[in-house]
Amino acid sequence: MTQSLLHQILDYANRANPYPLYEELRKRPVHHDDGGPYVVSTYYEIRSLLHDPRISSDVRNLASTAGDPLAEPAQEEESTLPPGFLRLDPPEHDRLRRMTNRPFGPPHSPHRVDGMRGELRDIVSGLIDGIGDPGRMDLVEQFSYPFPVTVICRLLGVPREDESRFHTWADTLAASLDPDPDADPTERGKGAHDARMQLGMYLAGLIEERRRNPGDDMLSQLATATGEDGSMTTMELLSTAALLLIAGHETTVNLITNGMLTLLRHPDVLQRLREDPQLAVPVVEELLRFEPPVQLVPQRTTLADIEVRGVTIPKGASLWLVLASGNRDPQRFEDPDRFDPDRRDNQHLGLGSGIHSCFGAPLARLEAQLALSELARRLENPRLLEDPPPYRQNAVLRGPRHLHISCDGIRP
Amino acid sequence: MLGDGSLERLKREGRIVVVGASLAGLRAAETLRAEGFEGSLTMIGDEPHEPYDRPPLSKQVLLGRAAADRTALPRLRSVDATWRLGVPATGLDMAAGRVRLADGDEVPYDRLLIATGVRARAWPREAEAELDGVFVLRTRDDSAALARRLEEGPKRVLVIGAGFTGSEIASACRERGLAVTVAERGAAPLVGALGGVVGAVAAEMQREHGVDLRCGVMVTALEGDASGRVRAAHLSDGSTVETDIVIVSLGAIRNTEWLAGSGLGAGPRGIACDAGCRAFDIRGIVTDDIYAAGDVARSPHPLFGYQFLSLEHWGNAASQARIAAHNMISESTDRIPHMEVPAFWSSQFGVNIKSVGVPSLGTEVLISQGALRDHRFIGVYGYQGRVIGAVAFDQARWLPFYQELIETTAAFPPPFPTVDRRSDGQRPVDADFPDPSVPTHGPTVTLGGYSPADRRMTFTPAH
Repeated sequence: MTQSLLHQILDYANRANPYPLYEELRKRPVHHDDGGPYVVSTYYEIRSLLHDPRISSDVRNLASTAGDPLAEPAQEEESTLPPGFLRLDPPEHDRLRRMTNRPFGPPHSPHRVDGMRGELRDIVSGLIDGIGDPGRMDLVEQFSYPFPVTVICRLLGVPREDESRFHTWADTLAASLDPDPDADPTERGKGAHDARMQLGMYLAGLIEERRRNPGDDMLSQLATATGEDGSMTTMELLSTAALLLIAGHETTVNLITNGMLTLLRHPDVLQRLREDPQLAVPVVEELLRFEPPVQLVPQRTTLADIEVRGVTIPKGASLWLVLASGNRDPQRFEDPDRFDPDRRDNQHLGLGSGIHSCFGAPLARLEAQLALSELARRLENPRLLEDPPPYRQNAVLRGPRHLHISCDGIRP
Repeated sequence: MLGDGSLERLKREGRIVVVGASLAGLRAAETLRAEGFEGSLTMIGDEPHEPYDRPPLSKQVLLGRAAADRTALPRLRSVDATWRLGVPATGLDMAAGRVRLADGDEVPYDRLLIATGVRARAWPREAEAELDGVFVLRTRDDSAALARRLEEGPKRVLVIGAGFTGSEIASACRERGLAVTVAERGAAPLVGALGGVVGAVAAEMQREHGVDLRCGVMVTALEGDASGRVRAAHLSDGSTVETDIVIVSLGAIRNTEWLAGSGLGAGPRGIACDAGCRAFDIRGIVTDDIYAAGDVARSPHPLFGYQFLSLEHWGNAASQARIAAHNMISESTDRIPHMEVPAFWSSQFGVNIKSVGVPSLGTEVLISQGALRDHRFIGVYGYQGRVIGAVAFDQARWLPFYQELIETTAAFPPPFPTVDRRSDGQRPVDADFPDPSVPTHGPTVTLGGYSPADRRMTFTPAH
């Protein structure tokens, strides 16, 4: 093989369909090329490593970032804010995640996500109403991108009049995570840096405002929390808000876009969903298995020598867990390359597992369920104008950059 | 039965009787139908209710967040059975293949599954147990009656016994703002299941939440007023607790009395069966038509020295029932063993407690993650140089890792660093389990060899 499997996976040429490469990868469950990360690609091994307390998410435990093609943007991001809880280990991780969860989910806020159902429906309807020419639309620009940002704004308590500014910063930051080989890197770097600064200043101002006049939004609750865990510092609040924005945004865009693409490739399922919106629940679960937005988890490292399937991964090594490959592991899933919403026992890795399992999972699921069932209901005879569509550069957060579709009309 | 068609005949037109209509009974019935059993299926249950779920009874129901009569177990598929509910089984004729019922009826079987579970141990002094305001908590009706009484706002609740059920009840009462006294014979709550080191944390949790916890004491007598309502309890240290509700949480008794004299190897410790859930008779010979599953069953576990384990765990009941059902209608070569690693959970005082393996077998404990003082930690239990169990307080997501250590008989103490090992976890300490020869409320796991003679054994909390 002239090019290592790992480089082939990162190679944009294979972005539209990385699954044959994953199949190749699984032949060696722990894959290691000199100087590169240890890549784990099989279901049971990934699952077990996600629960292994000898695996750290804290980049400070990494012996060296040499040879890690993803190390650079991570460091750049951390130069302005302390790491969010995604990049921390217990006990700091547990404390911040627990505090963030108080206003978000059970046991303290069991109704927060479900309580947003009506609002989410309205946002979905509004975006579909605004599509305009049904003959040629870009689902990403017109729907999948604006939807989660609007949702995050409402959740955090960003005032409606500021939402458009927020959208602009979010778009710039999202674009910076997705290197464009044709753009000037210095220019892009500066743009992202400016956006991060402006967003940070905006959020800092909003936090001050919420401390004085708390509402029932998440930012107010986080800013005024005084529980057993104490309260978050402004810097902790800022990195938590940034984490919610980026993680809640990048993943849902791809989940919805990958979802629509998959449904258009499986018209029988699309038809079933149109007739029965309840099917959205298993459809989204199967999508999380079949086309997960987060293809791999790259920022893990070992605190000790660990043996996995006969390979000793040394202490301080960089570890990549290829979730999307585990999701297609025939040892775990029957006929794994088949998109089957009737699949039973679908314990996929699409949202991770263990202490870092997707914090926003209940919201992401609801967003995708509402979006896909409503698109299925309202778009008349939708079809793909381009298959495969152009993909984003990013191999980790994988999804189409554009999804051009057309339909005969939009039902009310 | 090898290839002579009798198994096919059994599946087509056989008669299977399940005694016990709770979690294990229901899941077994569903499995029988899912695996193609088309014959007649009879479900016998002593309670009048269809199968219901118990975990909410000591938690959400007591908090007034769920109604006791709304905890019916979800049906995973239709079982098309004849239900004989509200009629206890009273006897078994193994030679004739018949189960006797309390109403005098007899039900013949080709295969029998016994899943009669356990019942709450009642307060040993009958007159005191009958006082108005004295409760046990095991059934749906128990829970509904207790929840109603808590609704009335009693001045003080006394819980006798600080095992898992007693502690959950105390937690629910405190959450409702009720004054609670807990009297525990051992040195700390949960001490039988988790030992004194972890029990001390449970004690701290109770006290921090305002429970008047009294350890190392026994309740010697309950006192009623002229109208027959309980009004006080007398303790072995000479003190008295004024109370209007007493909840007796002294563990459980296995429902095997109805099998006395049947010739089946059933006694106070449960029904001995092999790893495939086939019951032994009193001669130690395995039957081929009688199976046991759930809280009442006791079977050897290869991971734990082939000791006979009986487990009062939700997950055990569900999985053992599926295996029993599968084996009942399978050729001997297609049978599968029940080898699940024991696991249970509890929720009390805002903390999620989860355990894997058999902590009560351990002699030492190491805090491998977190810290005892935070009430968030993982305790790993060691036995003869290997990992035998683990418990997590608000750290449950790590447990699959520890389960794997138990399954692979990994070395104890674990030699590697973890993401959150602090000063507590530098070295293992004595897990501090009580002397097993002194009865307490008992752990939820019991172990021991089987002897048919212990059918005559009786257990009464000493006073």
